[in-house]
Amino acid sequence: MRLGIIGAGKLGTTLARRAIAAGYDVAISGSGRAEDIALTVDVLAPGARAVTTEEAVRHADIVVLAVPTHRFRELTPDLFAGKVLVDAMNYWQPVDGDDDELAGAPDGTSVVVQDRFGSARVVKSLNQLGYHELDELGRPAGAPDRVAVGAAGDDPDAVRAAMRLVDRLGFDPVDAGPLANGVALEPDGSPFAVTYEADELRELLARRAERSSSSALTEWPAAQRSSTATGSPQSRCRSSTGPPRSSSHRSPHCMSAASAGNRSAPFSVSR
Amino acid sequence: VEFGLDTFLPITGDAAGQPVSGDQVIRNAVEEAVLAESVGIDSFNIGEHYRTEFMDSANHVVLAAIAGRTERIRLGTAVSVLSTQDPVRLYTDFATLDAVSDGRAQLIVGRGSLTDSFPLFGFDLADYEELFEEKLDLFTRLLREQPVTWSGRFRPALEEQFVSPPIPAGHIPTWVGVGGSPNSVVRAARYELPLMLAIIGGRPERFAPYVELYKRALEQFGKPQLPIGLHSLGFVAETDEAAMATQWPYYKEQFEWAAQERGWRPPTYEHFLAEVGHGSMYVGSPETVAQRIASVIRALGLSRFDLLYAVGRVPHEQRLATIELYGREVIPRVRELLAEADRAVAVGVG
Repeated sequence: MRLGIIGAGKLGTTLARRAIAAGYDVAISGSGRAEDIALTVDVLAPGARAVTTEEAVRHADIVVLAVPTHRFRELTPDLFAGKVLVDAMNYWQPVDGDDDELAGAPDGTSVVVQDRFGSARVVKSLNQLGYHELDELGRPAGAPDRVAVGAAGDDPDAVRAAMRLVDRLGFDPVDAGPLANGVALEPDGSPFAVTYEADELRELLARRAERSSSSALTEWPAAQRSSTATGSPQSRCRSSTGPPRSSSHRSPHCMSAASAGNRSAPFSVSR
Repeated sequence: VEFGLDTFLPITGDAAGQPVSGDQVIRNAVEEAVLAESVGIDSFNIGEHYRTEFMDSANHVVLAAIAGRTERIRLGTAVSVLSTQDPVRLYTDFATLDAVSDGRAQLIVGRGSLTDSFPLFGFDLADYEELFEEKLDLFTRLLREQPVTWSGRFRPALEEQFVSPPIPAGHIPTWVGVGGSPNSVVRAARYELPLMLAIIGGRPERFAPYVELYKRALEQFGKPQLPIGLHSLGFVAETDEAAMATQWPYYKEQFEWAAQERGWRPPTYEHFLAEVGHGSMYVGSPETVAQRIASVIRALGLSRFDLLYAVGRVPHEQRLATIELYGREVIPRVRELLAEADRAVAVGVG
């Protein structure tokens, strides 16, 4: 399988390393010339090829988008025509700045990404965990402590392809439904940055879907998404709102506030 | 190995748990630095933030006050948000600090993990990368080769410009603070600046590939090998139990705020235990903390270790107690452990 990764930062290089270990043929690109990231790729993801973005896309059966969220519009709209595009980005205003389109997207930022790349088959996935969790928590299929990762998309074949990728990277893929459900996997969605087992994640997403269909559809996500300054984030570890956790659950992994999410370098404790 | 203390001048609590006023926090920080020198700590470094819980927005002024009360301790930043500073002004501030402190100024420059300074000073987050690159270019030139002729996007060009005061060659050692971006690691090497890893969560050993990347990048750019430092969090008390019991509630409070703001999970006690056990919180008795610091210094090949002491609103008195133990007991013990390890290696048992 040939994987293209757009973005050679923390997330991109981590995914490249894990994908190489899983047997993928990986091509990865940064924002500039291939040689600018050649050393980085050589050290952090040996075996992956540093290429231009166009080459990474051309190379790939499946492409992961792992650029800083505020920069995805720098990519040309028809770049991913026909490709399965796994959107692993998260929008965080404190890091990405004000972006009315992303902040106001009721069904999540991946819908905006799909609008931008109309000819791509966008699946939201791999955005839920921090980059070093993606690095360290991968387990073989069937392992008792395998962590679940959701995948939401409108094209069933694309979702299946993304789920195969998730599986081979060492996580239990969970079909999270249509792309508009991807909002549940974002910051302020309860599975974000929490290591659930597959059944737990399925249950959580199912419950959310019930709530959405039984109440005013726009209300719940809007309230969740505006909680940045004043809202109370749900207690996500051993959450009282989430499903019960099995006793085998790896609490040490239910940790690292400092590392949660795929974004940015923590120098400050107050990030 | 050099041992520093880092602080963001957090609003602390008083004995009754009430917040101490911001001006008092600043004066307390001067006292903390004076104590740090008296117990043998190598450097005292202040952050740069623009928010209500941290009083470090004009760190050079606080450092100058400390300079007047001390003789030996190095005075630096952790970190200066170079992206939203004017490099010329940053140069004048720290060249002046270097003069009044008789050569003790140092810096860590970074892109800033909190982005409050961008809107405050009229910068666009979309220029996050470009701002840092351009300003680092100008700043290193000002340090190294005056007069400077330079032009860029974000400030007026300089033509054969001298900026006073001049500094002796090699003064104001400037490190690049990196939180995990490979591009930033390579950039530090490209500018021939020492690397300061900021690791505030998870196992520090996972940064070993970044150390390797930095060394290989220096090699590729034809630069000499340069020091690597680490900034992490911690708290020292007489016993492990006392350290844990004191730090945990403040840690919890601090990271709950962060969780609210960032959409992170709030911290759990298990998370805290894991961070203390093998992550990036150096909390415990002097022996426990010394063992962990010595171990990470060896694992990553560090030349500098900075402790951001007492996370959250820990009162001034307990901050002082941590400084005292860090200087009098932890640092000598780490040096002893490193020397033992070196001897063991030398005789082939390590």
